[in-house]
Amino acid sequence: MRSWEEDPLLRAEHLTMRFGGLTAVDDVSFAVGRHDITALIGPNGAGKTTVFNCITGFYKPTEGMIELRQPDGQIFRLEQLDDHDINARARVARTFQNIRLFQGMTVLENLMVAQHNVLMRASGLTVGAILGLGGFRQAEKDAVDFARYWLDRVNLTARADEPAGELPYGDQRRLEIARAMCTRPLLLCLDEPAAGLNARESDALNELLYSIRKQDDIAILLIEHDMSVVMRISDHVVVLDYGRLIADGTTAEARNDPRVIAAYLGVPDEELPVVEREVGL
Amino acid sequence: MAEPGTSFGQRLGPALLDSLLAAIIAFALFSLLLGLRMVDKVTGLTLQPRPVLLAVAVGIVFCGRLLLNLFVWHAEYPLTAPFAKLFTRAPFERRDLIVLGATLLVATLMFLFSLVIIDSAAFELVAASVFIFLGIGLVRRIIVQFFPDLPYGRIFTVGGIAFAVLFPICAYLLEKTFRLGLPLRYLLDLSILVLTYVMLGWGLNVVVGLAGLLDLGYVAFYAVGAYTFALLATHFGLGFWICLPIAGAAAALWGIILGFPVLRLRGDYLAIVTLAFGEIVRIVLLNWTEVTNGPNGVSGIPKPTFFGLPFAPSGDGTFSSFFGLKYDPLQGIIFLYYVILALAFITNLVTLKLRRLPIGRAWEALREDQIACRSLGINTTITKLTAFAIGAMFGGLAGSFFATRQGFISPESFTFIESAIILAIVVLGGMGSQLGVAIAAIVMVGGFEALRHTEGLQSIFGEGFDPALYRMLLFGIAMVGIMVWRPRGIIGSRSPSIVLDEARPIGGGLVREGRA
Repeated sequence: MRSWEEDPLLRAEHLTMRFGGLTAVDDVSFAVGRHDITALIGPNGAGKTTVFNCITGFYKPTEGMIELRQPDGQIFRLEQLDDHDINARARVARTFQNIRLFQGMTVLENLMVAQHNVLMRASGLTVGAILGLGGFRQAEKDAVDFARYWLDRVNLTARADEPAGELPYGDQRRLEIARAMCTRPLLLCLDEPAAGLNARESDALNELLYSIRKQDDIAILLIEHDMSVVMRISDHVVVLDYGRLIADGTTAEARNDPRVIAAYLGVPDEELPVVEREVGL
Repeated sequence: MAEPGTSFGQRLGPALLDSLLAAIIAFALFSLLLGLRMVDKVTGLTLQPRPVLLAVAVGIVFCGRLLLNLFVWHAEYPLTAPFAKLFTRAPFERRDLIVLGATLLVATLMFLFSLVIIDSAAFELVAASVFIFLGIGLVRRIIVQFFPDLPYGRIFTVGGIAFAVLFPICAYLLEKTFRLGLPLRYLLDLSILVLTYVMLGWGLNVVVGLAGLLDLGYVAFYAVGAYTFALLATHFGLGFWICLPIAGAAAALWGIILGFPVLRLRGDYLAIVTLAFGEIVRIVLLNWTEVTNGPNGVSGIPKPTFFGLPFAPSGDGTFSSFFGLKYDPLQGIIFLYYVILALAFITNLVTLKLRRLPIGRAWEALREDQIACRSLGINTTITKLTAFAIGAMFGGLAGSFFATRQGFISPESFTFIESAIILAIVVLGGMGSQLGVAIAAIVMVGGFEALRHTEGLQSIFGEGFDPALYRMLLFGIAMVGIMVWRPRGIIGSRSPSIVLDEARPIGGGLVREGRA
């Protein structure tokens, strides 16, 4: 029994997403382990981001279900929740392929917005805070401290009061992860976190993701093209091609799977019939 | 086009060509606008050509463009640089001083020439403008030079507030003591009008500036507030102070009612629907005669009382008899001034407070990126609705003040142009900036009014010139100017709502204008 089958945090069953006549995701089932880093890989157009958008509520899947089990045993069906509830209640956070920071707001403000729901409750839905009731001041202080903690983790404390849009690209990537972490998620979904990073930044990212899994014990699901990142930090690899699941296993298994190799590298013409027979096409 | 650094001769050719093109365009535009005039003669309508006027206009365009091309746009040392430098802290060079000195000298000569020889108001006007411009720049420069570290923003704000609070009382006392003959009544009425627009601007700023929702029908909430108070007062005899919160609540309710169906729309579509909503409200007010009295409006709306004391010329328990003062109609107007000042302040303080609370931060985040907001668990629908409701509430409060001040309201006061003016105030002021909106309201409403009194222009353009007719034109030119030189509004930067170490303003280029 493998870790993600033993104690799955998230289970996608028969997930299908059609856009008109195009089937972007076709009957995909996989699980994400509670303590794992799971990589979702595949060639361009394989449907990775579509799966992501289904999980995080930006698309409603045409068929199938996505189940997220909380530590207390409560189960959320993500395909039935509103997108903001997927973060607020089911505690799934995400980042975006093309970074979506609040560019005109400072780094600290970005992290404060991420704690909106906690602060909103503490402010008595604003009314209490205006009247000066309740522990809003304390809650705000705690929120700033939590933000500062994550700023330290991603090494951005010195730039806390700068507008997010002025940060260098690598810092923006890390800030987006910190912002997602400030929503206190159970599952962190990262859409190509290493895209556009240089080797050094990529290493730092690996370390950050590793520490999020180890230290904070938060499951990570990531889409990635950079195989060095995938192979080094993932526990579990799910491979899609043309919307279909072609492999699901450890990194070593994925690396040696002929179908994965075929999908990524293609095969010489003369070997095509052999490979097709092997992969069952 | 020639690059800076090339010689004058090399630049002359392209500059001439460019100016010629501009002149051709000007000719095409002006040939019908200025070149021909319809004259009503006994024989019927005839076209009278005006070649001289046309030639002068095209000549002005050609020469102006040529001068700009040669000495400003592509020049190594733009002649406008020293004037811009006056408003920075950059050190002056020798040639800057020469240019400034020369300008001053020319202006002085023009002034003297006019004074001694030809007595031309045009010359004097130009000279006076130069003196005023240079004077302001120099005074500012000298202050900054000697006190570089004063908190100018704060001094400006506190000074503005102090002036707003003290102005009517001081002016009233001065007038009563010295009989200066100030047009006090007119000044107060104008100030009240300006403050009403300041309040409306601040209210709309919540929706447009903070939450980034383009609302073209803000006047609807103004109308709801005004009619709520007017109808409650005339039908049930309720007073202003009781109706004020009711009017605010009613407007907020309508904000939510409008918000629910339309907030799923984005950007331009939302703007169109809000525009339609504004019209619907006006047309309902116009046609629902049984309730609103239709186009005849509602009259006899009571004035606010001072803790129960009315401002009336005679009788017991009036403001003047209670305090043992001689009755003066100005007392009531000064009181109205303070009412709208207080309402505007409340709007401002509440907005500033909300900006520092999670709800305000969520509004701004919504303006920046709606999708990111949803990924962070923020319910965008509710967040937008609160912005709409709060903005509408302030609109309603302002509307109910408008009703009590006018004593009479009709649907005519709530046309689209009002929405457009309020939106223009917010955009020109710099979206999200409270101070910018206040300045823009003063400039837009006060400046518009000031253009009534441009008698100086009459002496330039002849006796038949009525400046009031050209107000819209001048106004439009001013707006284009602001949008060219300050595209993010008068105050385009944003100050952070929470700070770890040190507050630094955020440049306008980064802040989104909101297409949510």
